[in-house]
Amino acid sequence: MIASLSLILLCQLVGEVAVRALAVPVPGPVVGLVLLLLLLLARDRYPALARGPLGNDGVESASRGMLANLSLLFIPAGVGVVQKLDLLAEHGIAILVILAVSVIVTLLATVATFVAVSSLFSREDETP
Amino acid sequence: MNDNPFSLWVYLSQSPLLWLTVTLVTYAATDAVSLKTRRHPLANPVLHSLWIIGLFLLLTNTSYTTYFAGAQFVHFLLGPATVALAVPLYENRTRVAAAVLPMLVALAVGSLTAIVSVVLLARAFGLPREIILSLAPKSVTAGVAMGVSESLHADPSLTAVSVILTGIMGAIIVTPLMNFAGITDFRGRGFAAGIAAHGIGTARAFQVDEVAGVFAGIAMSLNALVTSLLVPLAVTYLLR
Repeated sequence: MIASLSLILLCQLVGEVAVRALAVPVPGPVVGLVLLLLLLLARDRYPALARGPLGNDGVESASRGMLANLSLLFIPAGVGVVQKLDLLAEHGIAILVILAVSVIVTLLATVATFVAVSSLFSREDETP
Repeated sequence: MNDNPFSLWVYLSQSPLLWLTVTLVTYAATDAVSLKTRRHPLANPVLHSLWIIGLFLLLTNTSYTTYFAGAQFVHFLLGPATVALAVPLYENRTRVAAAVLPMLVALAVGSLTAIVSVVLLARAFGLPREIILSLAPKSVTAGVAMGVSESLHADPSLTAVSVILTGIMGAIIVTPLMNFAGITDFRGRGFAAGIAAHGIGTARAFQVDEVAGVFAGIAMSLNALVTSLLVPLAVTYLLR
């Protein structure tokens, strides 16, 4: 458990350091995600890596535990809305309408594209 | 025990213990209600935790800074949770590989739509530039969006609020919207939820369907990558 958490934090730490050293506009945790993914893929290649947090479902179960309560992690940042009440009183309706329209448009555009492209492909598969 | 209950409150209200406990207890209670209502979209645990805790802070006249001193321990986990997304991505790599083309095209279209639509709408509404910049990364997970906002010299706390509002609205609307549109491909439904409404949409997708959840998680992690690259470009072009 502690070793798995350490590995996750280590990936994030390396990500943060790399992002700052190279001055790229990618957030550190995203680089950490790629690093952990590469480690997991490398483990399939080189079984010698399957030890410690990378063995016995270690980092996997720690990650699943964290992701199962993903909603909780948004609450502290979200409560920050109390600081923005004056801004929301002034622009709140506009912001809510903008975000609602944008989220609906994005949902529909994404799912339409996904369904269209995947049906295009399955049709190509059927043609001999 | 102190003979003055007020000084006990003064002590507790300044300690991280109280606000960390309030955060966890409120979430546990709202999540239990959400389970009881069989995950009804309107029983969203984030939505109800926010107004309950917010109201509590206003009534007790507690500053957000004091609250955050306790809640930061939960907030900190957003970074590691982003790293942890590597695991569902890895575990579903064959399913992901099979749907890689529809996902990449939908990722490009969805990510662009999310950014461009919000920037253009905000401009049409005549919002100040700082607010537009803060809203632009609203469809990615909070940790990433706040980082993007910071690098644009926008307001990361307003970004966080817009991220949460987007996530809650997306999570509430996705199921009725997809049913109404007659979409039965749960890979696509989940993928759209992850692109448009990040972690809160992903949490919602997992409640509805396992496959939808997996694809939402993938969409959210890919979108974190793409949006952090696209937002600085998009705002330079759209807000010239």
